[in-house]
Amino acid sequence: MSILINKDSRVVTQGITGKTGQFHTRTSRDYAKGRACYVAGVNPNKAGENFEGIPIFGSVADAKQRTGANVSVIYVPPPFAAAAIWEAIEADLDLVICITEGIPVRDMIEVRDRMRKQNRRTLLVGPNCPGVITPGELKIGIMPGHIHKKGRVGVVSRSGTLTYEAVGQLSELGIGQSSAVGIGGDPVNGLKHIDVMKMFNDDPGTDAVVMIGEIGGSDEETAAEWIKHNMNKPVVGFIAGATAPPGKRMGHAGAIISGGKGTAQEKLAVMEACGIKVTRNPAEMGKTLKSVLK
Amino acid sequence: MKIHEYQGKELFRKYGVATPRGVPCFSVDEAVKAARQLGGSVWVVKAQIHAGGRGKGGGVKVAKSLEEVRKFASKILGMKLVTHQTGPEGQEVRRLLVEEGADIRKELYVGMVVDRGTQRVCLMASSEGGMDIEEVAAKTPHKIRKVFIDPATGLTDGEAEAISRQIGVPEPSVGEARVLLQALYRCFWDTDASLAEINPLIYTGEGKVLALDSKMNFDDNALFRHADIVAMRDLDEEDPLEIEASKHDLSYISLDGEIGCMVNGAGLAMATMDTIKLFGGEPANFLDVGGGATAEKVTAAFKIMLSNRKVKAILVNIFGGIMKCDTIAEGVVAAAREVHLSVPLVVRMKGTNEELGRKILKDSGLPIISADNMADAAKKVVAAVKNRKPKKLRKKPVKKKSAKKPTKKAKRTKK
Repeated sequence: MSILINKDSRVVTQGITGKTGQFHTRTSRDYAKGRACYVAGVNPNKAGENFEGIPIFGSVADAKQRTGANVSVIYVPPPFAAAAIWEAIEADLDLVICITEGIPVRDMIEVRDRMRKQNRRTLLVGPNCPGVITPGELKIGIMPGHIHKKGRVGVVSRSGTLTYEAVGQLSELGIGQSSAVGIGGDPVNGLKHIDVMKMFNDDPGTDAVVMIGEIGGSDEETAAEWIKHNMNKPVVGFIAGATAPPGKRMGHAGAIISGGKGTAQEKLAVMEACGIKVTRNPAEMGKTLKSVLK
Repeated sequence: MKIHEYQGKELFRKYGVATPRGVPCFSVDEAVKAARQLGGSVWVVKAQIHAGGRGKGGGVKVAKSLEEVRKFASKILGMKLVTHQTGPEGQEVRRLLVEEGADIRKELYVGMVVDRGTQRVCLMASSEGGMDIEEVAAKTPHKIRKVFIDPATGLTDGEAEAISRQIGVPEPSVGEARVLLQALYRCFWDTDASLAEINPLIYTGEGKVLALDSKMNFDDNALFRHADIVAMRDLDEEDPLEIEASKHDLSYISLDGEIGCMVNGAGLAMATMDTIKLFGGEPANFLDVGGGATAEKVTAAFKIMLSNRKVKAILVNIFGGIMKCDTIAEGVVAAAREVHLSVPLVVRMKGTNEELGRKILKDSGLPIISADNMADAAKKVVAAVKNRKPKKLRKKPVKKKSAKKPTKKAKRTKK
């Protein structure tokens, strides 16, 4: 089992004709059951053409109607990415995964506001995220497929390569993953730690979860409070940025300690108090998870 | 991106946020001339640097005569202003703002940021304006009032008036405060700001509501649609190494330690810094080389790290997922050769073609230390710093921007 995506997902790539979109569509299609899952691409100017056999449609709605696509992945450049997200939401897909980095925050505020006001059921992962992978079934995003191993541990994280680091450590210890979800490093995004945690809690294929956070905001604390009262599986955690000084933005737009809030120490303390087994050594994320498995 | 107070006030006025009249100045003579033009009998001479806390550091003075304007302007221009935000080395003052004095009846606080929880712009306001708003937030959070603004409607009349009353704006001035707050929100929204702060916002004896200060930061991701704001960028206020890094599409931040680190990905970069600290070292920088670490980018990254004279060793931590380790290794070797690397280099690579990558490092003949994992790498680099023989001091310290004369500078813009 898994969360969000599996071998039955049908994926449409928005931005399939760009260099990034092409590269990652190809590597994702070549991973596990990808060949059956990647069914469509979108480019309004290239409808009727195809990318290595994947048909291109003029709109997401069109792609959905013709191929049954229910998940979209977005590689569209930042100035147009928010419109691409909205197009996929209007097409009423189940899930939109936005990889694009560098979308203006204001654009995301507008998209999220419309999603809420119109009660849209479409889930959004990202933006500025590596994507989602269910090892052995389907990879949607830019993560390296080969480091993953099919199994029963969930991974949720705000960052890309740090997620790979955690996954790599787990796989090396022989611990496979049910799904790994990168929720992205932007301040205004779709699914948050708490949302993904609820899904892992409900997933019979997941036994434990690695939760990786970063400085900035309070999403990790919110998730920790929920875990304390609701989670029936062990969770281990790490927060990156213990050494980051206040007021300096550490690469991700969301990774900033402002007004003394959002420090790693503060987050780790709350997580610990909520029963999450935390490590302060990122080289031991895998080991820590292993220690909580029965 | 940050801008100066006087630039923020120019934006404010454009949107209808009332401010005192003022003139930006680059010399003492200009300051005196500005005061004369403004007229009146009281002026405020304000240092223009991006860091906050200028008042406490002696960068804001009230002058009661043109002579005093001259005195304060000469004192402040060129001074190294030290505030809690500049660090102990301070920031050199190159620009001044000379403003007409205001009859301050009460100082209030107003700020706007994007709230991640509600995913809306949050207006924060407090009756406790002045210099210690951070303390107010920490000690008496109930004294900070908030409105989470609906992006579809903007700040409504009712919301703006209610929060004005809550922070103690007297009834006859509530209308004026409403206009100001609504203008501030439009300014924030239209310019893709990430922070707007007025501390203090005042009302005067005549019941006027004025922004006595202005602090604005902007969303870097949105600068592509704001050429006018990009034109306000003042490179003198930025770390020269960070400017150099941004030219190569590298995300770099100087820190105080002695171990340079180069990592791909922001999260992994922070985690690497944390690991260094965990094993007793101090990172000299944050450096994210991003997804496509080409040989050129790696070389640029090495040069930037090494121009920080505090760096005594370098740790490279790359999780080569899509990128292949042999390509990265070739880049690292080429870069180390080009910069004639003289400090110990520890490399940890993970991912595709890991073995091949290590072989390239080993066969290069360079004294590169390989590490198996993050902890191993951190231990090795910390040990390398500790075991390093003390070298004789390098002759010339790098010329920092502060060595330049405080002359009027032409506006420079990014790219």
